[in-house]
Amino acid sequence: MPGVDPKLVLDPAAVPGPDSVRITVVDEESAHPLLDTTGDEGLTTVPHLVMREIVAFCVLVGAIALLSYLVDAPLRDVANPSKTPNPAKAPWYFLGLQELLHYYPPIISGIVLPGLAVLALMVVPYFDINIHRPAFLSGAHFRRHLAAVWAVGIVLIVGFLVSSAAGPVWPLIGTTLFLLMVISVPLVAGRERGPGRWIATRSLPFWIFTWFVLSAVVLTVIGTFFRGPGWSFVMPWEGGFHV
Amino acid sequence: MPASRSDRLGGSPVPSGDRPSGFFRRVHRSVFRHSLQDTPRNRSLAVFMNFFLHFHPVKVRRRAIMFRQTFYLGGLTAATFLLLIASGMLLMLYYHPSVPRAYADMKDLAYVVPMGLFIRNFHRWAAHAMVALAFLHMLRVFYAGAYRPPREFNWVVGVNLLIGTLLLSYTGYLLPWDQLSYWGVMVGTNILKSVPVVGEKIQFLLLGGKSVGANALIRFYVLHCVFLPLVLTLGIGVHIWRIRKDGGLFLADEARVDGVGSPAGTMEDD
Ligand code: HEM
Repeated sequence: MPGVDPKLVLDPAAVPGPDSVRITVVDEESAHPLLDTTGDEGLTTVPHLVMREIVAFCVLVGAIALLSYLVDAPLRDVANPSKTPNPAKAPWYFLGLQELLHYYPPIISGIVLPGLAVLALMVVPYFDINIHRPAFLSGAHFRRHLAAVWAVGIVLIVGFLVSSAAGPVWPLIGTTLFLLMVISVPLVAGRERGPGRWIATRSLPFWIFTWFVLSAVVLTVIGTFFRGPGWSFVMPWEGGFHV
Repeated sequence: MPASRSDRLGGSPVPSGDRPSGFFRRVHRSVFRHSLQDTPRNRSLAVFMNFFLHFHPVKVRRRAIMFRQTFYLGGLTAATFLLLIASGMLLMLYYHPSVPRAYADMKDLAYVVPMGLFIRNFHRWAAHAMVALAFLHMLRVFYAGAYRPPREFNWVVGVNLLIGTLLLSYTGYLLPWDQLSYWGVMVGTNILKSVPVVGEKIQFLLLGGKSVGANALIRFYVLHCVFLPLVLTLGIGVHIWRIRKDGGLFLADEARVDGVGSPAGTMEDD
């Protein structure tokens, strides 16, 4: 509704009964109501949503109860400050960071990198890069944009090859290479249909976010399943696994 | 008989719609303020006359409540949080945050307390589930494109909820006081020392000493059982309130084939 100025409008369409009025809040910048414009069918919360919630809740309780019945929470010996286990691992959700700790000094891997990741996560929706515009690989500058992606990727890979005193950071090199391959699929498969089309229509934030998520998952899986004494690389069945 | 204006506004304890007969109906009325008759009006009243349901709108869009839209991940994260509060309160009945009593309490839970091991298992696995579900929920929100305006602030609230969830889980990890807890927390808190200038001070503040000991246990206990649950409860409240203020759940514009359509109500290019 461009041209509509008022910040509050009385919206007779939203009136639930003959003698009441609902106020629609209008987003000033876009002058569009924040209320539904999809024209989707409305269902009453009771029972449609509440029934679904109850069922989902029961399934969740059942699943956790079953797991608790089958598998016991770990309990090792009493804490002993003079007996360091090898390896000493943090809980699984921090093992990605601990894996990074193997490559970079604690200030970098434990503070700076996770801090930057959290910051990147928070500002993602505030940068209008390629959010509303057509995906950056589906336009006319497809090849130029893809070349730029490769340039950034190669800088990252070279960085991960040389920046750590402990050798190449294979988990991140692998992740970066893998995504470079995926994003280049439209070069061979074309952009008209199938996977090539799907890949070419993803936005830039999609690729950045996916790079972060995949890196975190790969680091976490390696830290959880493939690290043994002295943080050496072992197979899960050789003692790498740890809850 | 049409409802009068006064009872729609909650003015009359006994809406004039249908007359209560009998004690049960009077009590039901006093609690729910509407009858059990299945009418559209009562379906609405069931939501906004109910403290526990009023964070929902009276009506929701069909697509928004389908499983494939959200996989219910946010709701399940909130549900695990409630389950953790319930099972955590039971654990608190038996647990002493002191060295070495804390560890002995774990043994008691396993061998002495009826259902003790089950309660501990339940709390443990629910905690892991909450971390995983919050993470998966974040992925769902991102890949649906629901993080974009006007929901960008709720995304930021969400990121903080994820951090809060991790901290809650990590502070709980120390409480059993076994080798896993002790060294797991040691590894993490040693990183703090590497922060220039203030690092050692922050670590001292968190642990109540230079390394993990009895003081750290009681600090983590207070953070885990009081401070962080309160913060997270408040945060989740804000998060769910914002969903409604931001116009309900994001539904992709079906007209767009690429799945990256604008959120409802914020189309830029029309
Ligand atoms: C303690 C953790 C969390 C709880 C209990 C929670 C709860 C919820 C619930 C119940 C919903 C409704 C829709 C759904 O189930 O998907 C929701 C939506 C949403 N959440 Fe969360 N959430 C949490 C963490 C997060 C995180 C980590 C993020 C992102 C970083 C996030 C961002 C959002 C956004 C943007 C929406 C709106 C989605 C839409 O409109 O489709 N939340 N949250």
